[in-house]
Amino acid sequence: MKHLFYGLVPICRKETIHILRDRGTLVFSLLLPMLQLFLFGFAIDTNIRQIPTAVFDESRTQASRDLLQRFAASDVFALRDTVRSNDALYEAIRSGNARVGIHIPPDYARHLLDGTTASVLVLVDGSDSTIASQAINTSSGVALRQSLARVVPYGNLPIDVRPSVLYNPATRSANFFVPGLIGILLQVMVILLIALSLVRERERGTLEQLTMTPVAPLGLMVGKMIPYGVLAFMELCAILFVMRVIFLVPIHGNVLVLLVLSLPFLLTVLGLGLLISTKARTQSEAFQLAMGTVLPSVFLSGYIFLIHNMPIVFQLISRIIPATYYIRILRGIILRGAGLKELWLDALILTLMGCLAIAAAAWQFVRQRSV
Amino acid sequence: MNIAIHADHLTIRFGTFTAVNDVSFSVEQGEIFGFLGPNGSGKTTIIKALCGLLQPTSGGGSILGMDIRKDAAEIKRNVGYMSQKFGLYEDLTVAENIDFYSSIYGLEGQRAATRKEEVIELTGIEPYLNRRAGQLSGGWKQRLALACSIIHSPQVVFLDEPTAGIDPVARRALWDLLFRLSGQGVTFFVTTHYMDEAERCGRVGYIYLSHLVAIGTVAELQKLPEANPPGTARIAIETEQTSALLESVRAIPYVHEATIFGRSIHALIAKGRLDDLRARLPQATIERIEPSLEDIFVTLTYRIMQEQS
Repeated sequence: MKHLFYGLVPICRKETIHILRDRGTLVFSLLLPMLQLFLFGFAIDTNIRQIPTAVFDESRTQASRDLLQRFAASDVFALRDTVRSNDALYEAIRSGNARVGIHIPPDYARHLLDGTTASVLVLVDGSDSTIASQAINTSSGVALRQSLARVVPYGNLPIDVRPSVLYNPATRSANFFVPGLIGILLQVMVILLIALSLVRERERGTLEQLTMTPVAPLGLMVGKMIPYGVLAFMELCAILFVMRVIFLVPIHGNVLVLLVLSLPFLLTVLGLGLLISTKARTQSEAFQLAMGTVLPSVFLSGYIFLIHNMPIVFQLISRIIPATYYIRILRGIILRGAGLKELWLDALILTLMGCLAIAAAAWQFVRQRSV
Repeated sequence: MNIAIHADHLTIRFGTFTAVNDVSFSVEQGEIFGFLGPNGSGKTTIIKALCGLLQPTSGGGSILGMDIRKDAAEIKRNVGYMSQKFGLYEDLTVAENIDFYSSIYGLEGQRAATRKEEVIELTGIEPYLNRRAGQLSGGWKQRLALACSIIHSPQVVFLDEPTAGIDPVARRALWDLLFRLSGQGVTFFVTTHYMDEAERCGRVGYIYLSHLVAIGTVAELQKLPEANPPGTARIAIETEQTSALLESVRAIPYVHEATIFGRSIHALIAKGRLDDLRARLPQATIERIEPSLEDIFVTLTYRIMQEQS
């Protein structure tokens, strides 16, 4: 055991000196994730409100105004423009001034009085699918409610669905996105720092020198992982603090469990960073490879898009992305108050991935040093 | 005398490329052995194999009696290595670099303190202990690198082009250190491009295209039949206009080789033509000389190139 990790303590000590002495990198690597947390945390809001809407009301009656009032009250539509012709309505959407156009025909009020079906045209700009589907749902809802109110003016509705949103009652986007963002930010920081640290040694020739000493590959790798792991852990605590205090995201589960279950993820990304460093010859190559892991982790980990909506191939890919499991852990504990009982499997998978990555990196290292 | 380094028909292939081809030699304890050869001729590969970093394809060797195939871990603890890149951490101070390599080699307590003092005294780096290694001059970096590579009192030290890019004064200082240590019984294996450095070594090996072409003391190499082909004589032509004369000397049919050495032209000519040459070049002084190391290696290299084509 001692031979397997020979040199761990000296490497660890030396690496700590590197980190503390290189103030620029230290400050940069601690502040950058924080800065990004602020940027993305405030910027990303998937709740759709106040879609700019143009209105062409040919009916101009109490009934039509009443309907428009309902649209406005939903908070989804912002009735900004009133136009005078059908062409102007289309033009408003084409030019981008409005995303939705509502056309109430002249015979709207008459049909209502006659008891025949009154039609209302809702034009939706489909270029942004999220906005479009929100507009369609809400306008259907408005129409349905208005219709029901006319059919059953005073009585009770036969079915009353009352959605009760658990865990994030205000459905705030920040609550959903900030916990996931933590995983992404930690990953970028850790992979970059450790990969660059090892590649720097390769470039400067100190790695060649180390291979001539009795240092064991695992001693070198784990010795490097510990200081960067500690650094990342401190950053995690700081980010969680900012999330709780500034973004007001409540943590429903146990913070201690969250911190403990973060360790397997740190292990995995540290191992990934080492693996990248064995493949990269120069620091810029390492930087590019590290950045290459970001997009899959953002798009295929469930951070933005639901995994079970993806084609089966991508669902399988998502399973080999460490961020998938960590985001599940983060959201589970922070949003739903889950604990070890629900999340042990994710943590176990991450641990295995981490050990695999480190073993692969050590193996690559042994293989390459002889060439 | 004890054999410190031994290579026995050492052959190393990477795929179809043969980096080291059937190389055998021995270096005695306390010897400074010079290893010459162009870049890519296999010098560093041989060092790596001797340190147990890569397995020979065939053949073998030993360091201080330890088998390079089996005792890699043991060899690393008893061998020092210094490369032309020096392997120093530039953001660490001189003292921190020494301490790091000391702890890497498992030195502890009193022994670590004693050895640190000894290498500081030996290299004279005391005044710079608290300076960052990156701020040292090339010569001092080299001394620090040597201090780090001998911190664990190795009996055998490999120096891979230790003086590349170092000024002549620092080079001489390093050689003085090497002689001091070799007097204490440390064996040095030094690769270099510099002929004058090679001439300081007790014995020299010349490797070309993965083959060990020649090995011996400088005096032995000068008497090699390959370096003095039968029917030829080696001469120095002293003249004021070496470069102007070189082409016309080369054009003479019985001149095999000619190259400029400072203010003279060294040439290999057919025997018995000395008087003829003197008649052709009345303004120059022409004398017979012993071949220099460079002459020998150039002649050997030409021979191999001719044999291959």
